[in-house]
Amino acid sequence: MGDKTDVWQGTLALMVLKTLETMGPVHGYGIARRIEQTSGNLLSLNYGTLYPALLKLEQEGYIASEWGLSENNRKAKFYKLTRAGRKQLEREAQDWEQATAILARFLSPAEEV
Amino acid sequence: MRKLRALWMRLTGLFGSGNADGEFSAELESHLAMHVEDGVRGGLSTEEARRRALIQLGGLEQTKIAYRERQGLPWFETFWQDVRFGVRMLAKSPAFTIVAVLTLALGIGANTALFSVVNGVLLNPLPYLHADELVTVHASKQNFTEGSISYPNFRDWQRDNKTLTALAVSRGTGYNMTGMGDAEEIRAELVSSDFFPLLGVKPVIGRLFAPHEDEIGREPLVMISEGFWARKFGSRPDVLGKVLTLDGRNYTIVGVLPGSFNLAINNFRSADLYVPLGQFQNPALNDRAAGLGIHGIARLKPGVTPEQAQADMQQVSEQLEKVYPEEDQGIRAKVVPFQYAMVRDVKPLLLILMGAVGFVLLIACVNIANLLLVRSNVRAQEFAVRSALGAGRARLLRQLLTESLMLSLTGGLLGLVLASLGTRVILQLLPRQLPRAAEIHMSGMVLSFTLLVSLAAGTLFGLMPCFKVFRQNLQDTLKEGGRGAGGARHRAQNWLVVFQMATTLVLLVGAGLMIRSMERLSAVDTGLRPHGVLMFGLQAPSSMVGSSPEATREYLRDANARIAGAPGVEAVSFSWAALPMQSDDEQLFWLDGEPKPQNENAMHWGIRYIVEPGYLKTMGIPLLKGRFFASSDDEHAPRAVVIDDVFARKFFGNNDPIGKRVYLEQFEDGPATVIGVVGHVNQWGLDNDAVNPLRAEVYQAMMQLPPQQLGLVLMGMDVVLRSKYNADAAFQSVHNVITDMNHEQVVYNPQTLDSVIAGTIAGQRFSMILLAAFAGTALLLASIGMYGVISYLVAQHAREIGVRMALGADRRDVFRWVLTRGGRLAVVGASVGIVAALGLTQVMGSFSVLLYGVRAYDPWTMLGVIALLMLVALAACYLPARRAMRIDPMQVLRTE
Repeated sequence: MGDKTDVWQGTLALMVLKTLETMGPVHGYGIARRIEQTSGNLLSLNYGTLYPALLKLEQEGYIASEWGLSENNRKAKFYKLTRAGRKQLEREAQDWEQATAILARFLSPAEEV
Repeated sequence: MRKLRALWMRLTGLFGSGNADGEFSAELESHLAMHVEDGVRGGLSTEEARRRALIQLGGLEQTKIAYRERQGLPWFETFWQDVRFGVRMLAKSPAFTIVAVLTLALGIGANTALFSVVNGVLLNPLPYLHADELVTVHASKQNFTEGSISYPNFRDWQRDNKTLTALAVSRGTGYNMTGMGDAEEIRAELVSSDFFPLLGVKPVIGRLFAPHEDEIGREPLVMISEGFWARKFGSRPDVLGKVLTLDGRNYTIVGVLPGSFNLAINNFRSADLYVPLGQFQNPALNDRAAGLGIHGIARLKPGVTPEQAQADMQQVSEQLEKVYPEEDQGIRAKVVPFQYAMVRDVKPLLLILMGAVGFVLLIACVNIANLLLVRSNVRAQEFAVRSALGAGRARLLRQLLTESLMLSLTGGLLGLVLASLGTRVILQLLPRQLPRAAEIHMSGMVLSFTLLVSLAAGTLFGLMPCFKVFRQNLQDTLKEGGRGAGGARHRAQNWLVVFQMATTLVLLVGAGLMIRSMERLSAVDTGLRPHGVLMFGLQAPSSMVGSSPEATREYLRDANARIAGAPGVEAVSFSWAALPMQSDDEQLFWLDGEPKPQNENAMHWGIRYIVEPGYLKTMGIPLLKGRFFASSDDEHAPRAVVIDDVFARKFFGNNDPIGKRVYLEQFEDGPATVIGVVGHVNQWGLDNDAVNPLRAEVYQAMMQLPPQQLGLVLMGMDVVLRSKYNADAAFQSVHNVITDMNHEQVVYNPQTLDSVIAGTIAGQRFSMILLAAFAGTALLLASIGMYGVISYLVAQHAREIGVRMALGADRRDVFRWVLTRGGRLAVVGASVGIVAALGLTQVMGSFSVLLYGVRAYDPWTMLGVIALLMLVALAACYLPARRAMRIDPMQVLRTE
């Protein structure tokens, strides 16, 4: 686990939303695993922090939850994106891309000015 | 929006939390199960898989806590917890809670009540558009800094000034209204056309007076008040164009003024009738030098300051003096801002009272801080345990503050109830002429004041024990098992008591000085024997207006004889011109042997009383020399005057004034002879008479008035009479006699001379009562504070006292020891208080309206209140000292 990066503040929500967009309804454990896998196991995710973040998103109305059965027939709570969540994802993804683009320009070797 | 939604969900999450907790546990369980399954599938043992799953989760409980915090509102939950805990703590010691809440309610209530008065009178802007542009205008002249403006000067000032948008004048008057049922005296105001437009007042129906309609010789018009319109005309719109018969002349109604119009400025008071100034039936109206009680108001042009207006008006009046050197000699316009003119008499009084009541609240807060300190000693154990269990300082501080704020807010709420009652009491006690009294009520401003005061008080007395709790050493406290002793603790309490004693002394000195002033005022010799004297206004039938002098005198003699014959009447006199402490009028004169002065300003001035022979007996004025008027001093007899001893001393020195001759300004035909000297009467009230520049008094016989002035007497004179009956019965019997004589006569405004005199010192009485009440409250609170501290001292030292007694100390020594401890605090407090009081009473003394005949550092008052304070302080120590004396040494030693 030595050189894994911690999840940056504020990006977890974005990752959750994106995960739900690509995978459809998933339970909390599934979201956690998916985020780890997507990051190529470079991210160290404390699974426990996922649940308050899910709760916050639900309180804000971006996601909804309901109980269902997992692939192994286990009772689990499934989360899915709401319409507001989809819009929020779009907005946040755009912001994020813009922010990284700006930062990338700063960090890339100076070309002609 | 999202934030709000989340907040709402969290708030609801607060309450349905039991169910949600279970649900989250289930979710976590399924999470773990899936993780373990994956691990086992990867070749781990179930135990190892579970261990790793838990590590990756970051702990089961920690996750639950994080989740729960997100679910509800953690700060709100702790707050709610604090409140519930606080309520439990307060309920556990109901005596403490009740005393604290009541003390606070008293303090906050008194502050709120007084603040609502201050707010209504001093702080609220006047209800007029751009009220800061409004000023009052007067003529300053010899003897009067804010004297009346003559009509011709008013017109010239109006024309010549460059700084005023408008200048208007008014003068109060009264009319005998006939033709609508019984004849009736109606109060009215003569106004110039600009008066209402200047204030921005609009008529309900009809119109205001047009420009030039206020000039002399125009058609008689009248505007009526909305109340009068409702009473007399049932608010019917056809009132416009109707005619009112006032003093026998017909006035056409042109408009109705709104009932909301309520103004008291200068001599102006809202009335039922308003008549253009030009209708004033006084032959002197067009006389430039006449002083007829006309005062002005004006609106400044935008951006002009009152000082600039003053300079401009000064220049205008100086210019006029050049044109009319005789009439306008020394006459200068004087501009005074509206709000200042309204409240200047009561402002210092209200501010001093506000300061005093603030002190009372401070003392109340100190008392509660003291109680909380004692409690915090008892609770030291509890806080030590909580700290040991990991409660942070902030958490404990919040707990203590929550408790004290709960106390203060409850006190504030109760105080609000007290204040709404208190405001009513204050309004009743207040001098009747308090400006803007109608604007005093519980407004949002007052409510926020109360809230602020409550919060401030709660924080103030809540923080004090906090600091102490934190200073304590945790381990020591735990070891001591709550017995806690320590110098610092006592020192804080001692200082609080010293502070209380000092503040109380300041209040006592203030109250003491007011009481001494009232004593002095009550002892002032007015020169009258007021008890049993009744005064009222009488207006002759309007059919008499314009009668010949002979007929007028006949009427006066007849009316006087009838009133004198009424049951119970011992003496009676009609009076015109000045009346002591009621109305004033001046007599201009020069002495025999002096050249006739070129103008009025070069003449001597005296206060003019026009009376009948019965006046001296009625008012109880002593005759010092010669004789008073007799019925033979009539129109056929040589003109006679009676003077008072101030007049005699001022103008005749040591010479015998009897037989001396004076030339009276209104008589062209020769001098009058002084026939008697009477005692001086306080014309200007109890407190102001001695300092008024105009004090010489001269009496003239009513029958010797020149015909023109005799005619004016009929339109409204005063009747003074001395009766054996009480005021109501006396007035009733006289009223019957007068009505029997002629139904067209009007009798109005009866009052006793006693009440008139009391009215002149109503302001002082008001502040004395309130200051005394505040000081009494402070004394009570301070003695409770002292009692609490000394009781606590005795309880803390019970062991030591017991040991001392066991070792042979006398019980009386113990008693003395306790009293000395309390006495020392009181002495220190009193010393600090005296220094503070000397400073503060200087402020009080600088407002001449408040103190009379007593210096701000009056030694007797100082000594008296110090003695009182010490006595009360020692009395408060008495019970604890007795308790200390009764300590049983054996019992104390055994419990060790």
